[in-house]
Amino acid sequence: MAIHDLKPNDNVVEITGLKYRVGNKAIFDRLNISIPRGKITAIMGPSGTGKTTLLRVMTGQVLADRGRVLVEGKNIARLSTDELYGLRKQMGFLFQNGALFTDYTVYENVAFPLREHTKLPENLIRHVVLMKLQAVGLRGAANLMPAELSGGMARRVALARAIALDPKIIFYDEPFTGLDPISMGVIVRLIRVLNDSLGLTSIIVSHDVEEVSSVSDHSYLISDGKVVAYGTPEELEHNKSAWVRQFMKGLADGPVPFHYPAPDYAGQLLGEEQI
Amino acid sequence: MRFLLREIYYIVLDFLQGMGASCLFLFRLLRYTPTALLRWRIVWQQIYSVGAMSLVLIMVSGLFVGMVMALESYHVLVKFAATAALGTGVALSILRELGPVVTALLFAGRAGTALTSEIGLMRATEQLAGMEMMAVDPVRRIVVPRFIAGAVSVPLLTMIFCAIAILGGYYVGVDLMGVDQGAFWSQMRVNVDLVDDILKSVVIKSIVFGSAISLIAVYEGYYSLPTAEGVSRATTRTVVNSSLAVLALDYLLTALLFHGA
Repeated sequence: MAIHDLKPNDNVVEITGLKYRVGNKAIFDRLNISIPRGKITAIMGPSGTGKTTLLRVMTGQVLADRGRVLVEGKNIARLSTDELYGLRKQMGFLFQNGALFTDYTVYENVAFPLREHTKLPENLIRHVVLMKLQAVGLRGAANLMPAELSGGMARRVALARAIALDPKIIFYDEPFTGLDPISMGVIVRLIRVLNDSLGLTSIIVSHDVEEVSSVSDHSYLISDGKVVAYGTPEELEHNKSAWVRQFMKGLADGPVPFHYPAPDYAGQLLGEEQI
Repeated sequence: MRFLLREIYYIVLDFLQGMGASCLFLFRLLRYTPTALLRWRIVWQQIYSVGAMSLVLIMVSGLFVGMVMALESYHVLVKFAATAALGTGVALSILRELGPVVTALLFAGRAGTALTSEIGLMRATEQLAGMEMMAVDPVRRIVVPRFIAGAVSVPLLTMIFCAIAILGGYYVGVDLMGVDQGAFWSQMRVNVDLVDDILKSVVIKSIVFGSAISLIAVYEGYYSLPTAEGVSRATTRTVVNSSLAVLALDYLLTALLFHGA
């Protein structure tokens, strides 16, 4: 079943005709993407293709130049600040670096959204925080400061904070980058368990093909501002396109250039071309 | 010549743009101030951080400024056998100019830079973006409490600075130079006016200075580029712009409050 065959209500996010430029560079050019409810959808592509920007567009941190971005049926560009914040209460966002508050302990970080948005008594907040930390295996680290955590631990704390308000949608920005194999395995498992047990819709932006394929239900491959391929991990694995094969298998030769566009190498070494 | 005129045009344009953006930011801060005051614990923490933590610096500086004022004034007054006026001279110099201005400059260097770099680093490390994604407005939660804390702390610090400076002047004048202590205090009491020298000079000036420094500091931090160099430049701009603003406002306020022009 193609993703676009789903009924409109089954899609949590619908992006149609998205155009976005930074300076003279077109990041997205008539991009169309639909994110089905309750599934884990991955958005993959080489570095610099605008994957993180796409997440920012979906969450209203960045406004598109053209096109329509619907999240839970609401047009992000037309929401007032209060309406946007109302929508964001249903979202969790895991930043690539965790974005933990450096002056707060792990406990205070996870308690932050609860204190800001609920009037729960302190003993109930304590229970919720401990439950969330237990879910990511860091209940024992509640009193540590972010500076005392490893990269993997910081990301797990950030994940506990992202799910503190029991969101409906969760966005992961490069969740596997720079993790050791154990932390990576834990994060992969957590994404799956949280999605299924809490009934979430998960959107992962990453270029770690193996990990993403092991956890996602569907994947989009984007390049040059457009969707290059879409399908389940198996479908992408057997895709005939040279571009998809090169990306999925990490091949050096193929249509995706390794080098950023540059003047002639020999000419530059001989001083004929300026840097 | 045309190049020079064009450069001046762009400098003026940049200045006016900056002023306009700062004013809009100030309106935004003032709009959120009443709700921020309801969460007084956060404001209280910031007053401790920017105000109480500056206390030692302000007290030590005040002591030395008062001592220097008394020493210089004594050597002038003794030539005219007018050392009884030492208390008045020290108090008026401190209350009218040195107290508010020096406190504001010290505050800009100590707390203004801390505010800018803290907010700038929070932006660089995506903490502000994280807050926005948790549906928490960083201007309300982070910026406004710091702005209020700065605006409240400077008047309090100025009063402490002035008190310590006068005590420093008393120590040098009376204890070291042998000026009569009765004359020191009584001349001061007679010649220092509550409205002109305390309310207008200390209180009003310091409130304006504190608000201006805090606005510049939080504005520069909030709009700093999210890089190490961006935060560093924003911190420098805070010190430079705050110092210039304090000196310019000092002249304006003196002209308006005391000379009606």
